[in-house]
Amino acid sequence: MLDLLAAGPGQPGFLDLLQGALRPTIALIIGLPLLGFLLNGALSLWRPAAKGAVSVIGAGVLLTTFLVALQLFLQLSAVWHVKPDEVIRVTLWSWIPVGDLRVDFALQLDQLAMVMLLVVTGVGSLIHLFSVGYMKADEGYARYFAYLNLFVMFMLVLVLGASFPMMFIGWEGVGLCSYLLIGFWFSEPANADAGKKAFIVNRIGDFGFLLAMFLIWQATGSLSFAEVFDRAPQVLAAGGAMATAITLFLFLGCAGKSAQIPLYVWLPDAMAGPTPVSALIHAATMVTAGVYLVARTNVLFALAPTSQMVVAGVGALTALFAATIGLRQYDIKKVLAYSTVSQLGYMFLGVGTGAITAGVFHLVTHAFFKALLFLGAGSVIHSMHHAYHATHSHDDAQDMRNMGGLAKYMPVTAVLMGIATLAIAGIPPFAGFFSKDEILAFAFGRGAQQPAFYLFWGMGALAALLTAFYMARLMAMTFFGPNRTGEAERQHLHEAPWIMTGPLLVLGLLSLAGGWLNLPEFFPAIGAPHGVLHHWLEPVLEAGNRVAESVGLAPALSHGATEAFLVGGAILTAVLGLTLGWVVTRRAVAVPAHDAAPETGFWKVLYHKYYVDELYDWCIVRPLVAFSRVVLWKKVDQGVIDGGGVNGAAGLSRALGWIGSRLQSGQVNVYVVLFLVGAIYVLGMVAWR
Amino acid sequence: MLLGPSLAVSAILFTIGVAGVLLRRNAIVIFMCVELMLNAVNLTFVALSQAYGSSGQVFVFFVMTVAAAEAAVGLAIILSIYRHHKSVDLQQINLLRG
Amino acid sequence: MVEAVFWFFAAVAIVSALLVVTMRNPIASAFWLVCTMLCLAGIFFLLQAQFIGAIQILVYAGAVMVLFLFVIMLLNLGRDDAALKRTPTWFAAVLLAGVLASQLVPALIRYSSERLAFEYTRSAVLADPRMVFDSTLSAAQATLERGVPGDIAKPLFEHYLVPFELTSILLLAAIVGAVVLAKRRI
Repeated sequence: MLDLLAAGPGQPGFLDLLQGALRPTIALIIGLPLLGFLLNGALSLWRPAAKGAVSVIGAGVLLTTFLVALQLFLQLSAVWHVKPDEVIRVTLWSWIPVGDLRVDFALQLDQLAMVMLLVVTGVGSLIHLFSVGYMKADEGYARYFAYLNLFVMFMLVLVLGASFPMMFIGWEGVGLCSYLLIGFWFSEPANADAGKKAFIVNRIGDFGFLLAMFLIWQATGSLSFAEVFDRAPQVLAAGGAMATAITLFLFLGCAGKSAQIPLYVWLPDAMAGPTPVSALIHAATMVTAGVYLVARTNVLFALAPTSQMVVAGVGALTALFAATIGLRQYDIKKVLAYSTVSQLGYMFLGVGTGAITAGVFHLVTHAFFKALLFLGAGSVIHSMHHAYHATHSHDDAQDMRNMGGLAKYMPVTAVLMGIATLAIAGIPPFAGFFSKDEILAFAFGRGAQQPAFYLFWGMGALAALLTAFYMARLMAMTFFGPNRTGEAERQHLHEAPWIMTGPLLVLGLLSLAGGWLNLPEFFPAIGAPHGVLHHWLEPVLEAGNRVAESVGLAPALSHGATEAFLVGGAILTAVLGLTLGWVVTRRAVAVPAHDAAPETGFWKVLYHKYYVDELYDWCIVRPLVAFSRVVLWKKVDQGVIDGGGVNGAAGLSRALGWIGSRLQSGQVNVYVVLFLVGAIYVLGMVAWR
Repeated sequence: MLLGPSLAVSAILFTIGVAGVLLRRNAIVIFMCVELMLNAVNLTFVALSQAYGSSGQVFVFFVMTVAAAEAAVGLAIILSIYRHHKSVDLQQINLLRG
Repeated sequence: MVEAVFWFFAAVAIVSALLVVTMRNPIASAFWLVCTMLCLAGIFFLLQAQFIGAIQILVYAGAVMVLFLFVIMLLNLGRDDAALKRTPTWFAAVLLAGVLASQLVPALIRYSSERLAFEYTRSAVLADPRMVFDSTLSAAQATLERGVPGDIAKPLFEHYLVPFELTSILLLAAIVGAVVLAKRRI
């Protein structure tokens, strides 16, 4: 490898040499988590009690993967410094060679995939470490780590896949792992149901992804990213029906995977899984796959401004809608879940606006601070659970009404959660400020070309206010004020062990400094140059930007007074939200969950999440079940398939058999007659040919 | 050259054999009618051997061998059927009835 | 002269064959079958197949028919009252046989060496039977040399040696089979 670099990236054939040299490394990135899954899976079947080995394997493979990825990053950043357009493609084997369709099991690594690779393995490693402490007492420890490793493997396939089908493998694989981990404690029917709900809702999205793939194949004759993006500007008319259909179907897939309206309903229920799973899968990595898909297919989306509008609109609406629900949830994980849905909405607002970098930037910073928030919540729940477990109380360990004043017992967690809150609320210089501000600025900038984006910007800004509000509420209810856990339980509250606080510390640092990845021009360059991520992703987004310029919708930023107004407004909004949330929550009378009065008025609507689940139940689930029972089961299955198909085929065989057996009279003469008729027929055929 | 008349006679004899197989119920008589058909075919071979050369007569030789073997086995079968049913009336023997 | 003898044998053979089918008594049928076979042997002689004619009398009319008669008498099959079937079956059987005969006889009766040669070569120019079939022998030689045992034995033991040996295995199997089937207890 070093020899290669010494030889110089400028040489002809360098890319081939490089791909050959990196082939084992890239295979290793996929292979290590797979190995971890196999080993842990074997252990969970035969030696479930060997928790030490499981910890070493489970967290070890991921840390190793992260180190491999880091080394790859260092090597390739040197290469890309000289030749930014080199995309590393490694074909491991031929997968589907059918006629014109040729899909290889191929992986590709470009700047965008590199960002995702580092986030997935980095945040993944921290969460694996946290899990060692969090899941210590669980019986399914080995199974848990097996699933987690498998998830990382599929996530890396999703990120590194060099074609739509490859990405789809990862896409489905992470869905499977999500299902397995949501229903991890499947002995509770509610958890198993939540897993099923996630799986089924995701199917709707995957249906869209599949249709999009069919259309892409029809339009471009290929499914590999390189060829599709190469041909798309020629074969697809900008703004044409085909481009719009493809991108809308892709976005349907994204809406399922990334929990956007109307398919967001599974994500809050997914909190039934262990908290580190919520942090890894349902906050930091898997749910951002939709954003990654849009970023990956930015050329296609640039060709379809209508779809971009839809993506941005749905994103903005989701951001606002989920934030309002978050205002009145009491389960600490539910608040964070709706917060995740809301933040994912921001990301789609960003990528829908065409500001792919901003969307990916928010994806990265969100991975940091939301993982921190979830792990912090996990730490709190861990402590609460222990307290209730010690006194055999059956109160809800996740209900914020049962918390309060926890800062005294868990100072490290409280401080780190505070940092994450500032980050998500958008207070500079924490990570969230830069990414969220960039998205809103780009949305505002596009408003000049398409006025609808002013509306989207307004919704985003309002959602930012609400975000600050509910986060302040969460902090106030959890860590401040009088403690409501209970007299006896209070003695058992304690700070989490170092294996859990350690990853929190690292994530805290990242939440603090993650935003410096892509400092805007107006901000003083503290510790990092301006726009690092922007320059880093430029080669990947070049083609999409060219298309966007050709249709006159290149992402644009405002400057001068408008910019100052936007930035000032954003900071003001965040501060206002935090203050309001703090004041309102602290002034309210706090009572434990079992003493709380029922909700009234609009709060009740919010508490019940706008009754969307009930609405879906009445409009879709119940009619579907009734239709299935009355028509599909009684009529189609029992009548047509059982009656006509199964019994009909049997009856037909019987009837034919009966006729055949009548023919077999046992009389030799009858056989002779039949034989003779046949012979005469053949003779006639020969004679009168 | 009696090629055509010989073939015609063999066709008539063959048809009579077929009619006998269809009409009779006695297994032995049916068997004899089958022999009649075989003889008709032999006549064809011999008639055609006039034109083609003597290999046709070799076939007649083989047919006779097979017919002799068939007669031995067939009559043995009829014997054992008779022992079982006390009859060789094929209308009463329908063990193969479906 | 030859034609007259041929037609005499042919007529007797056909009449006896009809009697084989129509006689109610199996023994009578057997005797009429012997008569048919003897007539056929006569036709074989006329067609210069002397060896075949001889074994027709020896093997068929002699050995095989003795076997038939032996079994008929062993089973004591006397007068077979219900030997013929009822009218509709009769009608159907005769109809089928008639169809078969109407297909075969008109097609075959006009056959000649010339026609055969034409069918063999598929060419009107080449269709000379003397050119197509064994033209080295003159008609006189053919009459003398054809159908004698040597004429049969040559292809039988040269070209058809393996089938000839196989027939011996077939006969052995037939003997064993007949013994096994006919014995009451093995």
